[in-house]
Amino acid sequence: MTKQHLKKKSTESFTLFLLIVPFLILCFLFAYFPLYGWIYAFYDYKAPLKLSQCDFVGLKWFKTLFSNPTQVKQLLTVLKNTFAMSFLGILTSFFPVLFAVFLNEIKCKPFKNVVQTLTTLPNFISWTLVYSIAFCLFAPSGMLSSVLIRLGVITEPLRILDSADHVWLQMILWSTWKGLGWGAIMYLAGIAGIDQELYEAASLDGAGRWQRIKNITIPLIMPTYFVMLMLSIANFLNNGMDQYFVFQNSFNKQSIQILDLYTYNIGMTGKSLSLATAIGMMKSCVSIVLLTVVNFVSKKTRGESIL
Amino acid sequence: MTIKKSKSDYIFLICNYTIFGLLTLICAYPFYYIIINSLSANDLSAAGLVNFLPKGLHLKNYTEVLKLSGLPLAVLVSVGRTVIGTACTVMASAFLGYMFAQKKMWHRKFWYRFMIITMYFNAGMIPMFMTMRILHLTNTFWVYILPAVVQPFNIIMVKTFVESIPPSLMEAAEIDGAGVLTRFFKIVLPTSKPILATVAIWSAVGQWNSFQDTLLYITNQKLYSLQYLLYTYLNQANSLATLVKSSGSAQAAASLAQQQTPTSIRMTISVIVVLPILFIYPMFQKYFVKGIMIGAVKG
Repeated sequence: MTKQHLKKKSTESFTLFLLIVPFLILCFLFAYFPLYGWIYAFYDYKAPLKLSQCDFVGLKWFKTLFSNPTQVKQLLTVLKNTFAMSFLGILTSFFPVLFAVFLNEIKCKPFKNVVQTLTTLPNFISWTLVYSIAFCLFAPSGMLSSVLIRLGVITEPLRILDSADHVWLQMILWSTWKGLGWGAIMYLAGIAGIDQELYEAASLDGAGRWQRIKNITIPLIMPTYFVMLMLSIANFLNNGMDQYFVFQNSFNKQSIQILDLYTYNIGMTGKSLSLATAIGMMKSCVSIVLLTVVNFVSKKTRGESIL
Repeated sequence: MTIKKSKSDYIFLICNYTIFGLLTLICAYPFYYIIINSLSANDLSAAGLVNFLPKGLHLKNYTEVLKLSGLPLAVLVSVGRTVIGTACTVMASAFLGYMFAQKKMWHRKFWYRFMIITMYFNAGMIPMFMTMRILHLTNTFWVYILPAVVQPFNIIMVKTFVESIPPSLMEAAEIDGAGVLTRFFKIVLPTSKPILATVAIWSAVGQWNSFQDTLLYITNQKLYSLQYLLYTYLNQANSLATLVKSSGSAQAAASLAQQQTPTSIRMTISVIVVLPILFIYPMFQKYFVKGIMIGAVKG
């Protein structure tokens, strides 16, 4: 190759790079640059001031989290809620598998299609809308109360949404309502990919419906379930805020505040942006560790990473 | 596989159909309920009498709600962010996926990893908020669009697809003198339509449903998205009903059946927000499914 040729090649490769620079900048601004914001955790930041005008306080906020008794108590409540929601989420993560397995036993195609379309629909509406629906059905002026009053079952309207009872149960029921059908989609596709001959052979050998489910269907979709399970463990601290934010009110606040919501509540509406940053920072670090561990476990047990 | 069905088989089938029928009903009925109630006479609706069929049909709820200040604008904002945001995400994902498939690019592997790795960490809510403030993006429309442009997951999807296009096709175009960009527009965009449709549909639903960004970055009411407006209306529908009542002078004469109540306002706005999803979802269901399947393969 001549020198000129080489030069032309390198300019070409650099031009290719230049074309993606604008996107690299966007990526840097919205993914890397915010990491710099962790510095707020080490200052006593007061909202309209510049960072240089605020006091550097070192690890004060981190110490507060673990030493100030009221703060510790609050944090423990929040962690309890977070763990409860994630744990319930993992417990219910087997429902989509059952949903898929039993839906597969239905041979009537049109019925199956209708079930699939309608049960996956709630996954595509926002939590605001879910809350709106919850309000229309279960608020004191909502459907349930008015019907029950008309039937004479109760005399006072039910207080379901604005009560401190059964908050966890309500939350897990709503997320199941929203996610069950959609969660099953992947398993349904997995089942559709199973070789039909396996079932035929099993039937010839005299295996009944339950044996086919137990010995063919379930074992073959377990790997998918395992990946989903690992991912939900990696996301143990990330419940997402929307659901809890919209359902939050002064009655259920103590049982509904999960980490993300707590960060929002103290950072954006309450006491301290710096403290909220400190909490968020620790959460991010724990999440990364969890992800790495889970990935390692997955590599060891299945020989495949989940990332 | 037609083996004679035993009695227990029949029992199983009946149970199975019943359970799935019920589950479907539980998922679908709430949507049906808000729709029929938003169309029914408001006094009957408030008394809880409209549960199965609409009674006293009228469209007054819709015409009145559309008069609420803020609603038409919020519809515009939501439609705007969905259209522009989706277009940006789709084009950027297609372009970046294609570019990262160019083996000749300067330090290609490094820059690819630089983008993809951002999937696995995030700075958190407060640093993100501070970033938007520093960039002067709070209270601008662009806060809805710019952060959504680079989507690592979509880039992986498109890149995998582009790498599966027969190299001979690209080489032939190159010999014909087609540059990088020409090949992108003439070959990549047309051939990768199915995958881009999947990206588009997911991104559109994400934009339409997004709520948190308005909550965090927007205080200017003119930039409220429909989702956020719905949320504020849910919390203040009481005062809203009086607002609507006092604003419409003809309202005084309106019969009880057509007078807006907090609940009727809530349900009507909810229907407006959910309607696009109800229409789009069944039509494009296969693209939604495809999106998650590719995700599953990629892990």
